[in-house]
Amino acid sequence: MKTRSLVSIDDFSKEETLKILDMAEGFEKQPVRKLLEGKVIATLFFEPSTRTRLSFESAINRLGGKIVGFSDSSSTSVTKGETLHDTIKMVSSYSDLIVMRHPIEGSARFASEVASVPVINAGDGANQHPTQTLLDLYSIRKTQGTLDNLNIFMVGDLKYGRTVHSLMMAMSRWNATFNFISPEELRMPDEFKLYLDNLGLKYYEHTDFTDIISKADIIYMTRVQKERFSDPIEYEKVKNVYVLRNSMLGNTKHNMRILHPLPRVNEINTDVDTNPKAYYFEQALNGVFTRQAILCTLLGIN
Amino acid sequence: MKKEPKQLSVSAIQNGTVIDHIPAKHLFKVIQILGLDKIDQQITFGTNLDSKKLGKKAIIKISEKFFADDDINRIALVAPDAKLNIIRDYEVVEKKVVEVPDTITGIARCMNPKCITNFEHVMTRFKVVSKKNVALKCHYCEKITDQENLQII
Repeated sequence: MKTRSLVSIDDFSKEETLKILDMAEGFEKQPVRKLLEGKVIATLFFEPSTRTRLSFESAINRLGGKIVGFSDSSSTSVTKGETLHDTIKMVSSYSDLIVMRHPIEGSARFASEVASVPVINAGDGANQHPTQTLLDLYSIRKTQGTLDNLNIFMVGDLKYGRTVHSLMMAMSRWNATFNFISPEELRMPDEFKLYLDNLGLKYYEHTDFTDIISKADIIYMTRVQKERFSDPIEYEKVKNVYVLRNSMLGNTKHNMRILHPLPRVNEINTDVDTNPKAYYFEQALNGVFTRQAILCTLLGIN
Repeated sequence: MKKEPKQLSVSAIQNGTVIDHIPAKHLFKVIQILGLDKIDQQITFGTNLDSKKLGKKAIIKISEKFFADDDINRIALVAPDAKLNIIRDYEVVEKKVVEVPDTITGIARCMNPKCITNFEHVMTRFKVVSKKNVALKCHYCEKITDQENLQII
């Protein structure tokens, strides 16, 4: 039987996605359960990602599983020129499931085809990072009580940010309305707007970060990265425009919550942190429960 | 005035398939894609023939060989205007045009320089998302390769 992997958010149907969120809810109530006792999980981080790796390892440890792997490919046979194909073949025989982070796009899909065990994509370059999207969905449902008919504001780098693209695609299954706030250079790419057009979903684009946020149920903030700009002067102009401050939250809805995939730099002022609408640190914790649910689902454990 | 006798640039075949209207520069790609370099049947071809439509075209005649539609459609990316004549006893018994298939395996290169298929020995795979102005979505990196950036391997 071909094993099930999670490479792209589209690999799970709407129903399967909801099932994972329900299961994650169970793990939130009771996180320590020895469901992975006797299982070996490989965590292969071909590029460092401390947050994602710790979240996965925490999830595995709470489930009683054992971890083999590496957090940086410099100490592995990759430096000797081993192909990804061969690394995955080898690791498949040492483990029950592979969690992989790799800088090359499409590497996770390829690994899932080579591996004899399930593969979880923990980020393949600028392509996909489905466990982040699932934890975002979990955080949205938990704070709003539903995923249906929400008004989602996405702010910052909407051009290169893979998390906003995946979240947008995922939320489009629940009849969301989108507001995109970004500098001209970092607007949502046409292919994604076309995707929403085809589904008949409403979206609005803004370059000003203003009182318009009073309509938001969710504000999803992202980092505007300097290296995305060809002209450093342009970066200097916009870097302080897309910053969320506590003073801007006065007119926002009481159910509104602020999410951020983290790490943040300066795009959310620290004076927001103590506002009850700030949710980004809880969001990170939700990642552990969501990943527990994903691990169990792919290993066929209920 | 003396009338020029009608002459075929590539001689006729008794039974088999004629593939006409191949862009001359893609003749050898077509040969490669169809694996004609590995078959035993008699093959004749002509290239750099004058064509009103293509400028320079190529034609291939393969004796005793008939293709399944799925196989022949694989040449659609390099020879979208190709026409097939199925020949039996020197007569054209059937004409076919090629059609861009729903998926493309091999043949094209993914234009994303950061795609795994450009790093490791992986057969490229695409879903055809647009057939008119060909747009291919990579099965691996999920990026789109459009007509303008289409490169045949």
